[in-house]
Amino acid sequence: MSAVIDKPVKEPGWWEAPPRPAWEEAPSRAGLAGKGLALSLACLAILFPLWIVVVTSLSSRKTIDEAGGLVMVPKDITFIAYKELLSGGQVTRAAIISVLVTLVGTLFSMTVSVLCAYGLSRSGSLGHRWILMMLLATMFFSAGLIPTYLLVQSLGLTDSYLALILPSALSVFNILVLRGFFMGISQELIDSARIDGAGDFRILRQIVMPLSRAVLAVITLFYAVGYWSAWFNASLYLNDQDMMPLQNVMIQLVQKQEAPVGLGQAIKTGQLSGLAVQMAVMVMALLPVAVLSPFIQKHFKKGMLTGAVKG
Amino acid sequence: MSHSTVPRSRAEADMTEKTPVASGGATGSPEKRPSGKLSLWLRFRRDRVLLLMTLPAVVLVLVFNYLPILGNVVAFQDYDPYISDNGIVSMLNSPFVGMENFQRIFEDSAFWNALQNTLVLFSLQLVLFFPIPILLALLINSVVRPRVRAVAQAVLYLPHFFSWVLVIAVFQQIFGGAGILSQLLRQHDYNGLNIMTDPNTFPLLITAQSVWKDAGWGIIVFLAALASVSPDLYEAAAMDGAGRWRRMWHVTLPALRPVIALLLVLRVGDALTVGFEQILLQRDAVGPGAAEVLDTFVWWNGVRNQDFGYAAAAGLIKGVISIGLVLAANKVAHLMGEQGVYKK
Repeated sequence: MSAVIDKPVKEPGWWEAPPRPAWEEAPSRAGLAGKGLALSLACLAILFPLWIVVVTSLSSRKTIDEAGGLVMVPKDITFIAYKELLSGGQVTRAAIISVLVTLVGTLFSMTVSVLCAYGLSRSGSLGHRWILMMLLATMFFSAGLIPTYLLVQSLGLTDSYLALILPSALSVFNILVLRGFFMGISQELIDSARIDGAGDFRILRQIVMPLSRAVLAVITLFYAVGYWSAWFNASLYLNDQDMMPLQNVMIQLVQKQEAPVGLGQAIKTGQLSGLAVQMAVMVMALLPVAVLSPFIQKHFKKGMLTGAVKG
Repeated sequence: MSHSTVPRSRAEADMTEKTPVASGGATGSPEKRPSGKLSLWLRFRRDRVLLLMTLPAVVLVLVFNYLPILGNVVAFQDYDPYISDNGIVSMLNSPFVGMENFQRIFEDSAFWNALQNTLVLFSLQLVLFFPIPILLALLINSVVRPRVRAVAQAVLYLPHFFSWVLVIAVFQQIFGGAGILSQLLRQHDYNGLNIMTDPNTFPLLITAQSVWKDAGWGIIVFLAALASVSPDLYEAAAMDGAGRWRRMWHVTLPALRPVIALLLVLRVGDALTVGFEQILLQRDAVGPGAAEVLDTFVWWNGVRNQDFGYAAAAGLIKGVISIGLVLAANKVAHLMGEQGVYKK
């Protein structure tokens, strides 16, 4: 053991375990196998269903019929379901609506949240404790579904995209995370900028925000995922089927087994499997999130925990 | 934007006088704005930009979180949505009926059924869901290879970012009447089964969906607690002859204890809220007998049946009990020496 320690330490490759401290006993083979198995099973439980969804969406009608439903092994890959869905019609429109609502909503939520978080991050400023208390209190109560519904209706937001954005635009938790992060930024930087004559807006834009890129990315993702996944506000406040975002269309397709408007013909004539269409819509719904979140993953812990619970 | 230099420079002068050393060394100390010496007006002038920045958020929260509280008066009304297109006008013109809605609720077996379902689901989540992130976190934490860790975490976090619609759709494809499981059973000459519409197994289905979606995400906070344990403790324990399991028992678990206690307390405080969207999406398939919870009860009676006064009353009951539970839970957290959601 000691002979190993005396040798110059080589940087371990990613496939190797990092050097073990001298006091730690070597892992048993059974222990390693058990751990590996448990972890693989957990990951498989998540990845296997997604695999099936993706593969089925890429399969031809023939393959799907042969498999008697969902396909597990890809045979002849075809993008026909996606082509049909994205060639105009209900799903294309819903996807565009979802993208736009997500973009506009996230931009709005981030702007308001970042401004508010910075405004509350300079402790000792007038009224910041009161405002903070006011925001925090909303984590303890909810006004109730019915009064909120009546209010949104009274404000004339029914059948407008604003109803998808405004009522749930802010997450107090996200504001607190941002505030916690802003409070941790070195005071000298802000002081020196102030001496140079920068106002608060400028300090926020040129000093605080560039230093907070990691947490801004995480919170942006949280908001964006929120807008992208939302269906309930749309089902409450929108009556016009043509205005529905992707998630709501997906409910109709998958749960009620309806064919999307405009695609019925392609399915009837046998070119396209209805199942592939459903799966393709699901892939469209999961793709942006699945692609984006791993990149921001390394910041999650910091974003989640920095100042999340601070009065 | 012109900004007033007088009060600010005075504040800054204060700062540098008081804490010349601290401002030199400490990073991460928040800007302290001394308040005692300045008049309210001067403080307002100094901080008006900051106040302006918080304004949009304050307005949004006032309108969409505080204003609707007033709307709870419909719980005491025989609210008639057809008086006007505008909810507020209708509210002002609807007759008050006192506690009548509440009386109706307490005599309604559907309400008690919903309450019972809520509590059953909550208990199941507590027993079957709650421990899983802890076990997963211990597992991940014991994996030493960084690449394996990163990949496992990326996979485990993923479903948290999926919408409930998607999660339920995925479950439908696996466990539904036409799903993979049914196919396999039929191929082997068993009867196909449809777990998605079975009221008897519905609570387990809901819990399984929650586990699939969020158990992986739940490990973050435990991993953070584990990362903050000093390696010296492990070394000292090992020197004293503690093996792998004893180190886990005497070092790792005590480190997790505060987090576990806090999350447990907060979860109990939130007991009446179990997966509204998730259950609403499956309510029709399973039927209200098994799938109705308090939140969906409110939705059904109000939004669907337009019985707004009745639904608002049910929502109010739930809201009041929930606030009580959350405050009590926070109190318990404080008593246990934890921070809770807010500081004392």
